Amino acid sequence: MHEAGITESMLSLALEKAGEAQAKKITRINLVIGELSGVVGDCVQFYFDVLSKDTIAEGAALNFETKPIQIRCRKCKAVFYPTNHKWTCPECHEMSAEIVSGQECYMESIEVE
Amino acid sequence: MTIKVVTVGEKILGTNDAKAGENRKRLDEHSIFTINIMSSPGAGKTSLILATIKRFSKDVRIGVVEGDVASSVDAEKVNAIGIPVVQINTGGGCHLDAFMVEKGLGNLNLEEIDLLFIENVGNLICPNNYRLGEDVRLMIASMPEGDDKPYKYPGMFADSDVVILNKTDLQPYLDFSEKSFRKVVTGLNPDVVIFPISCKTGSGLTGWFTWLEEALRKKKKQ
Repeated sequence: MHEAGITESMLSLALEKAGEAQAKKITRINLVIGELSGVVGDCVQFYFDVLSKDTIAEGAALNFETKPIQIRCRKCKAVFYPTNHKWTCPECHEMSAEIVSGQECYMESIEVE
Repeated sequence: MTIKVVTVGEKILGTNDAKAGENRKRLDEHSIFTINIMSSPGAGKTSLILATIKRFSKDVRIGVVEGDVASSVDAEKVNAIGIPVVQINTGGGCHLDAFMVEKGLGNLNLEEIDLLFIENVGNLICPNNYRLGEDVRLMIASMPEGDDKPYKYPGMFADSDVVILNKTDLQPYLDFSEKSFRKVVTGLNPDVVIFPISCKTGSGLTGWFTWLEEALRKKKKQ
């Protein structure tokens, strides 16, 4: 459900940037979404199709780059990708996890005509 | 037609963050200590607010912003004990955002509030993505939910300043291990303060009250 609000914000950001670039049409929106962001690409696409109607973003392709969860162990500084949300460090077996990646939710670029 | 790439590099919720910053400034101008309370539905957000009001309302002027998908059940409970409250119904939305809170603040007399609770919509996922203008992010986990919740919702546990572990009175009936819960929560978030409490029996509330008293004192000095 929260993708509705996220899609609204995403669309208005894309339209604002396209306006600044004096674009006639947005053909592609490149998004970076972390696995922990709680954002589901298919839901964003669904809301986007509805919300972008009659705007210069109508028909634009949405490209999602998914960032996996990446952890840095606070004790030994090893960086690892946890499997099945097991946050214990595979090197020193401590449970002291700093999330370094996976919470992203941003727009990298738009492609316009 | 040539295709041009426009670099954006901005957070999608950047406008919300900016509005949250404005709310924070406004609340700071009135020296209002603001707590964003998040949890799953039924973990005890309203119970914690009511217990804290009971303890502090003689000395501290309290206000509440109630966020719910629908109904004003919680707001009525707060209103019944004479505390100014604003109800925000999100109409199906699963979180509060900074724009909703701005509207809520417009309906409170900020001159007459020292401590503001913002009760978020019961949900462990998206409220974490929306800053509201709060000083402190507090989440409540309750024992019946299980000690594995920090594994499933790491974002919220990692970003909270205070974690309240509620319904400790049910411990005898549950397999909940407070030790393993603490290990994961502090592993994700070494700076977090954890208070095991029971709103039902009042057990453990003193620790939370002492922490809040100190936080209020610090805010007044700023």
